[in-house]
Amino acid sequence: MIKIENLHKKFGKNVVLSGVDLSIDKGGIFAVLGPNGSGKTTLIKSILGMVLPNKGTITVMDKNIHNSWQYRQEIDYLPQIANFPGNLKVKELIKMIKDLRQKPSDEEKLIALFGLEPFLDKKLSNLSGGTKQKVNLVLTFMFDSPLIILDEPTTGLDPASLIHLKEWIGKEKEKGKTILITSHIMQFVEEISDEIVYLLEGKIYFKGSIKELMVKTNQTDFEHAIVAIATHTDHA
Amino acid sequence: MRLVKQLVLTYVLFFAVAIRANTITVCPTCPISSVQEGVKAAADFDTLRIKKGTYKEFNIVVDKPLVIIGENYPVIDGEDQGEIITIVSDNVTIDGLFIINVGTSYTADYAAIRVVKSQHFLIQNVVLEKLFFGIYLEKSKNGKVYHNKIIGDAVEEFNSGNGIQLWYCQNIEVTQNIVQHVRDGIYLEFSDNITIENNTSTNNVRYGLHFMFSNDDVYTNNVFENNGAGVAVMFSKKIKMHNNIFKKNWGTASFGLLLKEINDAEIFGNTFEENTIGINIEGSNRVEYKGNDFLNNGWAVKVRGACYTNVFKNNNFMYNSFDLSYNSKLNDNVFEYNYWSSYTGYDLDKNGIGDVPYRPVKLFSYIVNRTPETIVLLRSLFMDIIDFSEKVSPVFTPDNLMDVRPLMKKWND
Amino acid sequence: MLKILKYSFYDLMRSRWSYVYFIFYLILGFVLLFLNHDLSKAVITLMNIIIVLVPLIGTIFGVMYFYNSKEFTELLLAQPIKRSTIFLGQYFGVASSLTLSLVLGLGIPFVLYGLFMSDAIWDFSLLLITGAFLTFIFTGLAFNIALSNENKIKGFGYAVLLWLFMAVIYDGLFLLSLIVFEEYPLDSFSLAATMLNPIDLSRTLILLKLDISALLGYTGAVFKKFFGTNFGLIVSIIVLVVWTWIPIWRLSYKSKRKDF
Repeated sequence: MIKIENLHKKFGKNVVLSGVDLSIDKGGIFAVLGPNGSGKTTLIKSILGMVLPNKGTITVMDKNIHNSWQYRQEIDYLPQIANFPGNLKVKELIKMIKDLRQKPSDEEKLIALFGLEPFLDKKLSNLSGGTKQKVNLVLTFMFDSPLIILDEPTTGLDPASLIHLKEWIGKEKEKGKTILITSHIMQFVEEISDEIVYLLEGKIYFKGSIKELMVKTNQTDFEHAIVAIATHTDHA
Repeated sequence: MRLVKQLVLTYVLFFAVAIRANTITVCPTCPISSVQEGVKAAADFDTLRIKKGTYKEFNIVVDKPLVIIGENYPVIDGEDQGEIITIVSDNVTIDGLFIINVGTSYTADYAAIRVVKSQHFLIQNVVLEKLFFGIYLEKSKNGKVYHNKIIGDAVEEFNSGNGIQLWYCQNIEVTQNIVQHVRDGIYLEFSDNITIENNTSTNNVRYGLHFMFSNDDVYTNNVFENNGAGVAVMFSKKIKMHNNIFKKNWGTASFGLLLKEINDAEIFGNTFEENTIGINIEGSNRVEYKGNDFLNNGWAVKVRGACYTNVFKNNNFMYNSFDLSYNSKLNDNVFEYNYWSSYTGYDLDKNGIGDVPYRPVKLFSYIVNRTPETIVLLRSLFMDIIDFSEKVSPVFTPDNLMDVRPLMKKWND
Repeated sequence: MLKILKYSFYDLMRSRWSYVYFIFYLILGFVLLFLNHDLSKAVITLMNIIIVLVPLIGTIFGVMYFYNSKEFTELLLAQPIKRSTIFLGQYFGVASSLTLSLVLGLGIPFVLYGLFMSDAIWDFSLLLITGAFLTFIFTGLAFNIALSNENKIKGFGYAVLLWLFMAVIYDGLFLLSLIVFEEYPLDSFSLAATMLNPIDLSRTLILLKLDISALLGYTGAVFKKFFGTNFGLIVSIIVLVVWTWIPIWRLSYKSKRKDF
């Protein structure tokens, strides 16, 4: 599905990614983890073409993404900060994204699921952070694309919505989709992800299932395993 | 009873003349087939009727009192040979001729019609084309030049003549003529008490109207448009200039009106529109400027020094790039009760007169005089800023030069 | 691109600022006409205001919109849309909504005061065309500044400096150099210097209309050709188009090479 070879990226003098090789197969949920500033968002943005690598190639669905934008038609992306043009109403924003993508969509179910009906006629600038995030989720999930990328999907969500989100992600997975997630909520990651990609100092430090991680770090608990892997490298 | 006697006498005299005055017809197929023969055959006070046709003649000397009338504009073609009609007698009338191809010479000023040392002449309804000089009045008096049309084809000053020229003349009326494409539309030299009225002088190579050493003349209701430079009044006294229009005199040294060494003149009710310089003044004293409109000129008035006790009153200065330019720091002229479109003051006591004085000389006009290329910075914010600072504390411009009583509304509006 | 343009345009048309701008011009137009009762004079005053104010508003508004719509831009970047399309769409959205505010804001009062029956209509149209050009140029420059500066404060600072330079400082330096080198033939230099600043260029267009009588008073042959014929008008408009094109081109070039 996604193939990354020898990816380098620096912003000014600050090296963020230094030789990332990653291959993600079709189907399943992949969690990209790592401490703050480890390059998670940069990696995701590289895949989306928002960040242009200094070196290396990225292939999405067997196509090199360099200087290309059409492949994004096959990706649903949830950005980390949900901020939209304030003067638009929720309804109009949804209409607009549909208009821009020109793809069949299924927003009704999602709107009902997150209880957004009362907000449809409100301007985005008047919404709370959590509600905005729900709108953000609707915009992401309403299309039927084989690849879904979620950057901190749980931000600001209430428990009920979080459960709905998890259910929905699960359903998407069952359809055979590939889902890439970053999150700081370890419990959430543990619950849903099939495989973990651990980024550290611009490199893939670990890739494998949660079980493999726990075996590697000699921990019985996922959260501790993550901490251990981070500290382990400090000593290394 | 005396009145009746006088009337009877007049009638008798009139009939006596009428009976004596014959009419001689000239046409290409008549026994008399040229104007020259006609003049020879005529007796004093006869009328010469020139029928329609083309007469190739020049050097026609009219040496007796005659009325020469053209019917349907007969053409007199000088074939570029020299002067065409020369009048050397009093009481000659020329009416309705179409005169073309006057000879051009660098030594003699050939004219279509020349009047020499004569009185009581009338030249009217004449059309002149392809000419050198048009109507040339020389040491003549008490005549009229009325309703003629003079259309030249002058390109350069040195080989072209003037439309209507007056040299040492007195008491002459020049009215309702149209003069185009000659050197000077109307030119006066040493001519006094001349009235110039309702003429249109346009597209001339040099001046629309030109005075040299002529005094006590009046010109009113004329239009001067698109000439090399509108009207030049030089070395003359007591000239009255009323209600004329000076328009579109564009160019490097171009102006609507040039005053040079002019004293005691009146300039009333004229309109100066879209000229590079509205009025250019040099060495002129005691001139009154009243009720004139200065519209959209580059410089409405340019004062080039040595001008004393002139008065500018009740004029409208509107939308000129510069209202006034001065090349000295001294000012002895009075500006009051004028309307200035760029005046930004207020009138709190509502008496129609602005409460703060208006300074018509801008620092920028001083800078442009010094470095002409800076004209491209006209209307820039930077210039507005320095003009403002000069307005607050004058350094380069005469500090007593201001209209202390600027009008809030257009004069005569 | 039209879609992005449409949405940016709609977005702005609903924003308070567009109305502030629109109402400002509306009031300006009415006040000028009320004070003057004379269309020609009002047009002249407006020209003086517009060549300074339109660039300022274009710059500030452009920078502001760019920074404020950063997240929206990122949302769009993840969509299957070409990058240059996104930025050009937003740019044209901002520039055309500003232009619309200008045209309507000034147009309404002047039309009500009988513009169509007056001689001032050509001057007024020229005014609006110049205003539109300046809006497009300075919004474009502002977008470029914002694109190259992540830091909002810095971006704003540069934008205001740019305006100050173009509107005032440039002319000061220009005047100074003309006076210092006054012994040399300067007409080509001064025309070239005019072309290098879009504000001066627009001013020239206005001068051609209002002050032709004064401009023809200068002797230089190059000046004469420039101001005395249609040559000046044609050259000025071509250079204005180039000035409009440069920021647009740079915007699309830079946007392709930037990380978000």
